[in-house]
Amino acid sequence: MLAYIIRRVAQSVLVLLVVGLVAFAMFRFVGDPVDAMLGQERTQADIARLTAELGLDQPFPVQYWRFLEQAVQGNFGLSYRQGRPVSEILVERLPATLELAFVSGLMALAGGIALGIFTAIWRRGISANIIMTVSLIGVSLPTFLIGILLIYLFSVELGWLPSFGRGEVTRIGWWTTGFLTESGLKALILPAITLGLYQMTLIMRLVRTEMLEVLRMEYIRFARARGIREKSINFRHALKNTLVPVITITGLQLGSIIAFAIITETVFQWPGVGLLFINAIQFVDIPVMAAYLMLISVMFVGINLIVDMLYFAIDPRLRVDRTAGGH
Amino acid sequence: MKTTLLLTAALLAGTTLSASAETLRWARAGDSLTFDPHAQNEGPTHALAHQIYEPLIIRDMTGAFEAALATDWAPKEGDPNVWVFNLRQGVTFHDGADFTAEDVVFSINRAQSEQSRMKELLSSVVEVRAVDDHTVEFVTDGPNPILPSNLTNMFMMDSGWAEANGVVEVQDVDGGETTFATTNANGTGAFKVVSREPDVKTVLTRNDAYWGMDQFPMEVSEIVYTPIQNAATRVAALLSGEVDFIQDMPVQDLQRVSGTDGLVVKTAPQNRTIFFGLNQGPDDIPNDNVEGKNPLADVRVREAMNLAINRDAIRQVVMRGQSQPAGIIAPPFVNGWTEEMNQVETDIDKAKALMEEAGYGDGFSIQLDCPNDRYVNDEGICQAAVGMFGQIGITVNLDAKPKAQHFPLISSGGTDFYMLGWGVPTYDSEYIFNFLVHTRGEERGSWNGTGYSNPDLDAKIASLASETDLDKRNATIAEIWNTVQDEVLYLPIHHQVLNWGMKENVGIEVSPEDDPKVKYFTMK
Repeated sequence: MLAYIIRRVAQSVLVLLVVGLVAFAMFRFVGDPVDAMLGQERTQADIARLTAELGLDQPFPVQYWRFLEQAVQGNFGLSYRQGRPVSEILVERLPATLELAFVSGLMALAGGIALGIFTAIWRRGISANIIMTVSLIGVSLPTFLIGILLIYLFSVELGWLPSFGRGEVTRIGWWTTGFLTESGLKALILPAITLGLYQMTLIMRLVRTEMLEVLRMEYIRFARARGIREKSINFRHALKNTLVPVITITGLQLGSIIAFAIITETVFQWPGVGLLFINAIQFVDIPVMAAYLMLISVMFVGINLIVDMLYFAIDPRLRVDRTAGGH
Repeated sequence: MKTTLLLTAALLAGTTLSASAETLRWARAGDSLTFDPHAQNEGPTHALAHQIYEPLIIRDMTGAFEAALATDWAPKEGDPNVWVFNLRQGVTFHDGADFTAEDVVFSINRAQSEQSRMKELLSSVVEVRAVDDHTVEFVTDGPNPILPSNLTNMFMMDSGWAEANGVVEVQDVDGGETTFATTNANGTGAFKVVSREPDVKTVLTRNDAYWGMDQFPMEVSEIVYTPIQNAATRVAALLSGEVDFIQDMPVQDLQRVSGTDGLVVKTAPQNRTIFFGLNQGPDDIPNDNVEGKNPLADVRVREAMNLAINRDAIRQVVMRGQSQPAGIIAPPFVNGWTEEMNQVETDIDKAKALMEEAGYGDGFSIQLDCPNDRYVNDEGICQAAVGMFGQIGITVNLDAKPKAQHFPLISSGGTDFYMLGWGVPTYDSEYIFNFLVHTRGEERGSWNGTGYSNPDLDAKIASLASETDLDKRNATIAEIWNTVQDEVLYLPIHHQVLNWGMKENVGIEVSPEDDPKVKYFTMK
């Protein structure tokens, strides 16, 4: 067990290092931050001086090594654009993204499971078919289009919900939350739907398929034969067995919700890390880009690691097979 | 359940309507980078700073000089190297301290320090001295007739406040430093800072002790400034009534906004001209298919290319009417601009004849580098131009990329044919010549990517800096323009037009600098 974990952790670290290396190799194709930093009235001498000061004249492996040296000490450098420590900016921006991801994840899970069950049980009903058809929109429409459509409908035409921003936020320690004010909650609705729609559709379709599968199983037929109430069969026997793969997928999707937030945050001017990253790309703010990419990869690698270890802990077959194979 | 929904809807509608009429909710694409008034020389940063800090002289909403912290200014009698500024009396900073000559000396010295991004504008200033509490003298390294136009974004800080808060030095942006002055401000301006969250929201409140309370409308009591990056969202925020005033209007939404009840779009020529640069200096250039020769070095080819551009078509199709065709790379209100030079024609037959005469009757091919996120519809203009150059046999391969990749190409000389836009903060042609016409060197010509070098012209450009006889100076400017136009140094396309969208009750005219000064706003 320990050897397995150590091996997985070592692999994860390697993945992180490679992600960083690839990121640094690509940064020089993003452009040159010096022009944007100096403004119109700069001279050639200014450009040369600043390039040298930032170390941008160095080859990328050297730049990467310097970044790593600082990063292991918890120092991600200073943003070229804002001139503030990147770690400070990330901490300031992270609550917005995490709250959005949490709400849309929850919405996707609750909505997805409910609709999945509904469409599985009444799979020949008209409403189930309508839901299935409409759900195609969730999978096929790009996120930014859904966002713009929602803004158009609910902000411009109906005037019910705000089209941008996070509303009033309350500060609790270093964390800022929009859960405690009316405007904060209202501001959450449209971005959360935009971000969660794809995941909701995915979960719904997964639950439906699994549910149909399980409902065909013999123990369900036996249960029916025993005269157990339909409600009890559906929710106690069938649903429980459906949820195992759903939870796995949901866990893995959590990372992509946070990563997908880039587009949603841009459309809704949501002040999270995704918007920060988009700004950083436009300005070629290398320290911010590097820190964000590392943050996202740490998150993905971490979630995968946990899922792997959970499998190991939960699924006895995996454990037995491994031990047997080892001897 | 249904009633709750309806009730919520009613409540929500109510909040939108009941917003205080005196609050100006203002949105544009980008945020100010810092409150430190000398740490950045950048449009949105100055625009926000203008509400809080003041320079000695400002430009009003039409672009004309207006007395701000100085009441009048003139060259000193008997010494052309000195400008005398009489300061406004009875002005206080937001913290109550008096504004005196000492603060001016301090602020100018600060703006000239190593880390300042404003120092280039003060390069001619040798010394600033306080004669008495309300008189300041600027000593320049030779007569400098246009010094006042370099001071319109040169903000005044309180020396006492700066010392007390450890911000005597300018924030070192390159070194990635933040100081107290980055997020705090103490100016003499019409508005005070209430709160600041970078890239999210900045709230300012009216300074009731402002010296100009009776002179300006001053009808806005609170400013809520929010950057909204996505153009569609920015427009939606205006349409839904969540903001009162937006800058950076996308041209495709002009009709939509002006067609909405209660909203208006106001338009004015912007201080920015869009043009193509041609690398005409070298004997051969890498980005074309002609070996051993540089077609762009031939003035006939440049003339032909100039004749091939149909500026009216670009205006109609690409810009939806939102541009003014240009024959010169200076915006209309710049000293030295003439209607005659701005005239330009499209004549494909003449262009073809010129190409034939230059020996390129069969044309050639060349790469055009173009930004895609800097100017209004920049990539669209380039695409249209590709077709127009095709008519005279020039095959243009368009390479459009983000500004962060495009502009370094011009700085490093990595492009032979490029798009550039230029604004003139001093409203004087010298600024254009210094950066775009003078031979590229350490001090001047940093944006001249044409490889053009004319020592005679360089000497004339250098002479402008110290020529006090304005008639003589203007004559030299006209001479330089004649050479630039005859040589077809650049291919001008158009002057950009600015659009601001606002609610009907907001009264303001568009300023050519794209910097709304809220003290001029009226709110009905």
